[in-house]
Amino acid sequence: MSGHDSKYFSTTKKGEIPELKEELNSQYKDKRKDAVKKVIAAMTVGKDVSSLFTDVLNCMQTENLELKKLVYLYLINYAKSQPDLAILAVNTFVKDSQDPNPLIRALAVRTMGCIRVDKITEYLCDPLQRCLKDDDPYVRKTAAICVAKLYDINAELVEDRGFLEALKDLISDNNPMVVANAVAALAEIQDNSSKPIFDLTTSTLTKLLTALNECTEWGQVFILDALSKYKASDAREAENIVERVTPRLQHANCAVVLSAVKMILQQMELITSPDVIRNLCKKMAPPLVTLLSAEPEIQYVALRNINLIVQRRPTILAHEIKVFFCKYNDPIYVKMEKLEIMIKLASDRNIDQVLLEFKEYATEVDVEFVRKAVRAIGRCAIKLERAAERCISVLLELIKIKVNYVVQEAIIVIKDIFRRYPNTYESIIATLCESLDTLDEPEAKASMIWIIGEYAERIDNADELLESFLETFPEEPAQVQLQLLTATVKLFLKKPTEGPQQMIQVVLNNATVETDNPDLRDRAYIYWRLLSTDPEAAKDVVLAEKPVISDDSNQLDSSLLDELLANIATLSSVYHKPPESFITRVKTVEKTEEEEFPEGVEGGGYTETSSSLVVDTGATPPAPPPAVPDLLDLMGLDGGDDTSAIVPVDQPAASMLPVLLPAASGQGLEISAQLIRKDGQLFYSLMFENNTNIALDGFMIQFNKNTFGLAAGGPLQVPQVQPGTSARALLPMVLFQNIAPGPPNPVLQVAVKNNQQPVWYFSDRLSLLVLFMEDGRMERPTFLETWKSLPDSNEVSKDIPGVGINNVDATIEQLGSSNMFFIAKRKNGNQEVLYLSAKIPKGTPFLIELTAVVGVKGVKCAIKSPAPDMAPLFFEALETLLRG
Amino acid sequence: MPVAASAIYFLNLRGDVLINRLYRDDVGGNMVDAFRMHIMQTKELGTCPVRQIGGCSFFYMRISNVYIVIVVSSNANVACAFKFVVEAVALFKSYFGGAFDEDAIRNNFVLIYELLDEIMDFGYPQNLSPEILKLYITQEGVRSPFSSKPTDKPVPNATLQVTGAVGWRREGLSYKKNEVFLDIVESVNLLMSSKGSVLRCDVTGKILMKCFLSGMPDLKLGLNDKIGLEKESEIKSRPTKSGKTIELDDVTFHQCVNLTRFNSEKTVSFVPPDGEFELMKYRITEGVNLPFRVLPTIKELGRTRMEVNVKVKSVFGAKMFALGVVIKIPVPKQTAKTSLQVTSGRAKYNASMDCLMWKIRKFPGQTESTLSAEVELISTIAEKKSWTRPPIQMEFQVPMFTASGLRVRFLKVWEKSGYNTVEWVRYITKAGSYEIRC
Repeated sequence: MSGHDSKYFSTTKKGEIPELKEELNSQYKDKRKDAVKKVIAAMTVGKDVSSLFTDVLNCMQTENLELKKLVYLYLINYAKSQPDLAILAVNTFVKDSQDPNPLIRALAVRTMGCIRVDKITEYLCDPLQRCLKDDDPYVRKTAAICVAKLYDINAELVEDRGFLEALKDLISDNNPMVVANAVAALAEIQDNSSKPIFDLTTSTLTKLLTALNECTEWGQVFILDALSKYKASDAREAENIVERVTPRLQHANCAVVLSAVKMILQQMELITSPDVIRNLCKKMAPPLVTLLSAEPEIQYVALRNINLIVQRRPTILAHEIKVFFCKYNDPIYVKMEKLEIMIKLASDRNIDQVLLEFKEYATEVDVEFVRKAVRAIGRCAIKLERAAERCISVLLELIKIKVNYVVQEAIIVIKDIFRRYPNTYESIIATLCESLDTLDEPEAKASMIWIIGEYAERIDNADELLESFLETFPEEPAQVQLQLLTATVKLFLKKPTEGPQQMIQVVLNNATVETDNPDLRDRAYIYWRLLSTDPEAAKDVVLAEKPVISDDSNQLDSSLLDELLANIATLSSVYHKPPESFITRVKTVEKTEEEEFPEGVEGGGYTETSSSLVVDTGATPPAPPPAVPDLLDLMGLDGGDDTSAIVPVDQPAASMLPVLLPAASGQGLEISAQLIRKDGQLFYSLMFENNTNIALDGFMIQFNKNTFGLAAGGPLQVPQVQPGTSARALLPMVLFQNIAPGPPNPVLQVAVKNNQQPVWYFSDRLSLLVLFMEDGRMERPTFLETWKSLPDSNEVSKDIPGVGINNVDATIEQLGSSNMFFIAKRKNGNQEVLYLSAKIPKGTPFLIELTAVVGVKGVKCAIKSPAPDMAPLFFEALETLLRG
Repeated sequence: MPVAASAIYFLNLRGDVLINRLYRDDVGGNMVDAFRMHIMQTKELGTCPVRQIGGCSFFYMRISNVYIVIVVSSNANVACAFKFVVEAVALFKSYFGGAFDEDAIRNNFVLIYELLDEIMDFGYPQNLSPEILKLYITQEGVRSPFSSKPTDKPVPNATLQVTGAVGWRREGLSYKKNEVFLDIVESVNLLMSSKGSVLRCDVTGKILMKCFLSGMPDLKLGLNDKIGLEKESEIKSRPTKSGKTIELDDVTFHQCVNLTRFNSEKTVSFVPPDGEFELMKYRITEGVNLPFRVLPTIKELGRTRMEVNVKVKSVFGAKMFALGVVIKIPVPKQTAKTSLQVTSGRAKYNASMDCLMWKIRKFPGQTESTLSAEVELISTIAEKKSWTRPPIQMEFQVPMFTASGLRVRFLKVWEKSGYNTVEWVRYITKAGSYEIRC
């Protein structure tokens, strides 16, 4: 029998509220219960029934559990608006929390925790204390979560009343569900606190791994998520953990599977044995594939995560590309994500099959999907050199279908293919020119014009083609205008005949006199001046060889990828953004009805990088690709040899300082700081951002004992910081003041206080980079002598996999600017071996040997030093440096 | 963070709130307006199930005529959130007796409030097993799941069972007749190119179980899968019996199955919940027996005429038969007239779906059937773009056939009282997404 609650929604003719009031005070139980149901129904549809507060409250003392729950529900909704009246409920709550029925005890604590009224919170403590030690596990598991609720309302109270300790005790509870909820509560509290509260020790780990086998599916998710933050001490421990977790991959709950995958991937970073890694990859593939038979929404989450996973461990799904083929009825968001992954998994082995699929998709109905499929073909061409020709022939077949948007998309990607493989496929230009008339989108037009300009000498009627575009020059969007300008100049330089000469006059005139676009005007003026003073120089500039572009399908930065992989299954992994970028956790500010929504709605889905291919120069902004090199060429001429002038190499800007004390833990004060070296001097660069509503002054700073004995070389000079503003300070630092004994440790603990707030503690991580001294250069003979004189035990070496040397000279220069001085180099087969030296204070030298293959990632670094225990710090510094 | 939700909303298609529950106060009560304004009333609906608006993120799913929206403002566990919604809907269905739609929600709102309070606390999912919840959350809306249910005594230790290690089965069950029903249901997914080569083919199967067993029985299931059989012969140190074995690509289990034991011994052992549940799911890609072959030839004769020939062959055993066979053959939008001939079943042109719908109620094994049709099109002038041919889609059910070849070898039941059980096993293969490009 289905319920008939809908009758409670039917409204009476007049005076609903008084009528309800009367019914709530009826002497008949059933009538009262019905009345409460009507009140809840009204609340559900958004009517304000807060005026009935006392009347509903009167029904609270009842034996009927269903009625009690309804009253509680009402309380949760309206207690905030009637805090003074809500206090009347306290007695019943406290009484209920001692009821013989565990369901009622738990219900009381659960509900009290949801009522965020200070006066009620005070009374919550005693019942909570009792319930945390209740005999019934159902009450304990509810109380565990309640501690997290209370912490959210009043963190201090939780700490003062010792609830954290009680919560930690529950980790050893004999009931798995209590353990799981306690873990969830502790993990959340830790997330919102800067103090170490939830320490994952080895014994906790063991306990939780045991509980994992027995608790509910959700409990398993809580535990796995918490444990994924555990740092194993070595490869063996990591292997043991993974072994305990892998059975979870067979769970029917997708959240359990993804959390298990997250944890395994985290531990895999430590595992060195290739056999174990291979085996784990093999085990993870089937469960990941199975996620694709779940509901489409879950598939979407899985696909966004798989996208990340294959970037780190491509082997896992290398042979499974077929499962990512789109089904005709897949929702569009699933299709788009599958396409992304297909590009990532495309290889010489499967490209024929993949191309057949893409071609099929390119004839489907959804325009966005078709475009993405066409673009995918281009991206495969750029990624797989050997398949490029096949990709192009598919694109040409698609152009022949003459569907407008397919043609335009194809031309955009073909332009990129030309950039990737110069002087290889120009024979197809004739075919492209046939579609000239159909182009109506700026990007496609710009691409076509770029092609005409770039290959003007091979296109017989290039001038006619360009001329046809010129007629509408003033109406074109900026992107197209810029390309037309550059293409005409190219044409003129390649075919300096009468026609092009006239054209260039028209274009330059249009682009200087009749435009208000500064970019266009400036570019036109530069061309004009170049052409009039030195046409040969103009040729060198405009027709210069362009850097070859590369594939962007693995576009995420390695450190970002690390962070996202640590967040598998969460929103962060779906958005492909670090959590800080979309979470604004302002604890003190209450979010109320005034919340505004920006007009621009941000899609969680496709952060499509379009065809903004990464240009190797590194300094290029992601503008329309063809435009960029030309501009760069020009600048290069202007600045002579000093190309670095384009990129201002300034000290880190204020916004670049790492945040060490987030506003959330500093009661609104945010501190960012970093050690820097300037003119041979050490400084601590600080920034204080005041998000409180009072002015802060009287800042003082102190450093704890540390390996290098760093201490303030003078008082910290910070003016009063007004609310909503920030202030910067540069504090001179001195060395060897209060040295911490023991092995070298990069941690620098800092305490900052001001007149208005308590003392803040935070820790910084010091990089050896700032300690490298300007006089660290060593002469060749000294180097050799020192190398020989040091015993072999002082030699430490390490492979740094993620970085590489692309240009030896540039690397030497880069290292030199950080006081790591080049001494000699030699070639060993295809490897380059560099010798360098550096020195840190107290005259401790480092002799450095770097071995790498140019252009290939992975650098082997060996150092010899009288202080080999500094080696880990040194390698860390070097890695940061090589990463640039 | 394993938090799954700050608030959950149930909306009808117009965007009216049917019921909602706020679990945390980090999202305002009006957040759902943002969802209505920026997603429901725009073209965005359906483009992406996870969206950010302002400081909040929304996850949403549509189930029948209801949108279920979860709002969060932290880095919540999305997988957990969606799974929670799926499980919650299953729970509601089991309470309402099958249906979940706008009316069902309105008719049971008190019950739903009560359940929402129980199954999630502060955004953390709690126990969602219907079997256990029904012990202490009882409403008139509850449909008693089985008529043969033993006498309903109130169970005093409900709370222990919610939190217990066997949180899905209550104690003290007793049946006069102990029975177990096993249904092996397989969905064949196929994507075939127009040239007849198999692009993608797999089987997703599930084993559904209905248990009417007394006490706390331990069950063990044996299948003819390769790894399980090898492990078994290894333990018993005797050679594997010959006969067909199959290779499972992946298996996932209901939470009652002991995963650690499966991992080490490859045996499926479990204490089942009472009544109906999904014991396991599996996936197979190798050695799939396709039940049907479809050979289409579609010729476009000029601009206004098309000739369609589709031959369907059943390739399963001659003694078996398929039921409810439906073949949807796409035709262009501008179809004007069709003349159809079929060797069995019935076929007609379906204008709303732009296809020829061919239905065959009973299709015996090892036979073939053909459809030939002439399609006349309205000639359009502006039709520059050629017709993009969607694939032919097929639906069917073949009882007593498994596309994977999976068989149940044994199902053992141990209970300390040592009663006898009767086991029933059924097999059925259905079409999943069975598509043939043409």
